[in-house]
Amino acid sequence: MDFTLKIWRQENAKAKGRFETYKISNISSDCSFLEMLDQLNETLVDKIEIPICFDHDCREGICGMCSLYINGRPHGPDDDITTCQLHMRKFKDGDTITIEPWRAKAFPVIKDLMVDRNALDKIIQAGGYVSISTGGVPDANSIPVSKKNSDLAMDAAQCIGCGACVATCKNASAMLFVAAKVSHLALLPQGKVEAKERVLRMVRKMDELGFGNCTNTGACEAECPKSITLTNIARLNREFIFAGILSEDKY
Amino acid sequence: MANLLTSSIGKKITMSLAGLFLAVFLLVHLGINMLLIVSDTYTFNVAANFMASNKLIKVVEIVLFLGIFLHIIYGIWLQIQNWMSRPVGYAKSNNSQTSFFSKYMIHTAVVILIFLVIHLVDFFFKSKFMKDSMPPEVAPGIEDMATIVIAKFKQLPFVIIYLVCFLLLGFHLFHAFQSAFQTFGFSHKKYTPCIKTVGVIYALIIIFGYSLIALVIYLSPNY
Ligand code: HEM
Ligand code: SF4
Ligand code: FES
Repeated sequence: MDFTLKIWRQENAKAKGRFETYKISNISSDCSFLEMLDQLNETLVDKIEIPICFDHDCREGICGMCSLYINGRPHGPDDDITTCQLHMRKFKDGDTITIEPWRAKAFPVIKDLMVDRNALDKIIQAGGYVSISTGGVPDANSIPVSKKNSDLAMDAAQCIGCGACVATCKNASAMLFVAAKVSHLALLPQGKVEAKERVLRMVRKMDELGFGNCTNTGACEAECPKSITLTNIARLNREFIFAGILSEDKY
Repeated sequence: MANLLTSSIGKKITMSLAGLFLAVFLLVHLGINMLLIVSDTYTFNVAANFMASNKLIKVVEIVLFLGIFLHIIYGIWLQIQNWMSRPVGYAKSNNSQTSFFSKYMIHTAVVILIFLVIHLVDFFFKSKFMKDSMPPEVAPGIEDMATIVIAKFKQLPFVIIYLVCFLLLGFHLFHAFQSAFQTFGFSHKKYTPCIKTVGVIYALIIIFGYSLIALVIYLSPNY
C-alpha cells in the first residue's frame, strides 16, 4: 500500500512547528501504524535526515505510551484500540493521512509527535493511590466485595492513562481519566478509606493543571481505547459532591 | 463546601441548578402565554398582572435573576477556560462520535442571551414601568400587556426572529436537560434513558409551544 503522510514536525517545545509531507510505498496491509512510521524513519535515517519522534513502549495496547491524533481521531480510525494496535488495512491504498500530536495546554509538545503527559501523573500523585498498607494477599472472600462492584472497579482500572480522552475533548478536559482513577479505588473497600480526600485532591489538581471543564459531550467515551464509560464521570461527580459537602478540611 | 464551590465541578453544578430552575420558569411562562390563544386577553392580563405584583412571585423573581446571572457568568467563564485549555488547535477537525448539540452550547447560548436582552426591553421593563392600563370600566389598575404582545406579534420580522430564537433555545435544551443530571452525578441504567427522553420532549414542548403562540397571533385575524 502507498500513503501520503502529513506529519507535524517541531524541533522542541519552544520551536514553531509545521506540517511536512512524506510519501511512503510498499507498506503491508498487516503492518501496524507504528511499524509504518518505523519504516518511514528508516528511510529518513538513510537520507541522513532527523527521524520523526513519537511515543511508544509496549506496542500491545497496555502501556498507554503511544498517542497520535490520526485523521481527526486519537488512536486513529478504529474503536477501542491504541495506535500501536492500529493496522494499515484500516486505510485505503493511496490515502493521505494527517498525523498530529495530542493538543492541550496541559500536554506541551516535547518534539514532533511526542507530548509531555506528566500532568496525568501529577493528578495520580495528588491522591490516586491507597496510602495504607494492605498487607499480604488476603484469603479469598475475607474482604467481601460484591461481584457488581468488582466488575465496575476492574472496568475502570483498565484506564492506561494514554490521554486520548483529553486529546479528543473539545475542552481538553481530563474528566474521563480522573473518573476512571477515582472510580476504581472508590468502588473497593481498601480504596473507600481515603475516598473523600482522594477525590477532592485529584479534582483540585486537575483544575490547577489547566485542563478544561467537562460539558458532557462524550467524545472521550467514544475514543477511549479501554472503553471507559461516562457513567464513571457521573460517579466522579457524585463522589465529589458528597466529599465536598461533608469534608471539613480544605484541599 | 469551599472545595465544592470553587472547583470546576462545583461551577458546573451551580450552572446546572440555575439552568434547571430556568427550565421550570420557561414552562410556567409558556403556560401564561398560552392563555393568549386558548383563553382571552383579559385572563392573560390578569395572570400577567398577578405574576408582576404577587409578593411571593417577587421573591421567586429575584432567585430567577440570580439564577440567570450565575448561569450566564459561569457559562461564559467555563467556556473561556475551555478555549484556553487548547491554545494550539488541530489542523484536521475532530471526527469523534459525540452528541451534536453539546458542541454548540455556547453558540446557542449567545443567541438566547441576545434574545433575553431584547425580551427584557420589549416586555419585562414595559410591564414594570408601564402606565397604560386597561380601561377602568373593564379592570381597574390592570396593565394591558396583551395589547403590547399582540402588536409585536403582528410584525413579521419580530415573529421570524422569535421563531429562530426559540428553535435555538430548544437546541440548547436538547443537550442541557440530561447534561444537568449527569453533572449532578445521576446516572442509572433505567432512569437515565427516561431523563433523556423527558429532556427531548421538554425541548420540543418549548420550541413548538412558544412558536405556536407567535404563529397563531400573527396569522389569525381575531387578534
Ligand atoms: C432560559 C434559558 C436557559 C436555560 C433554560 C438553560 C439551561 C441550561 C442547562 C440545564 C444546562 C446544562 C448544565 C450542565 O449540564 O452543566 C445549560 C448549559 C449551558 N448553558 Fe444554558 N440555559 C439557558 C440560557 C443560557 C444563556 C443565556 C447562556 C449564556 C450566555 C447559557 C450558557 C450555557 C452554556 C455555555 C452551557 C454549556 C455547559 C455544558 O455544556 O455543560 N445558557 N443551560
Ligand atoms: S480514560 Fe481512556 S482515553 Fe482517557 S487516559 Fe484512560 S484509557 Fe486513555
Ligand atoms: S505502545 Fe503501549 S499502548 Fe501503544
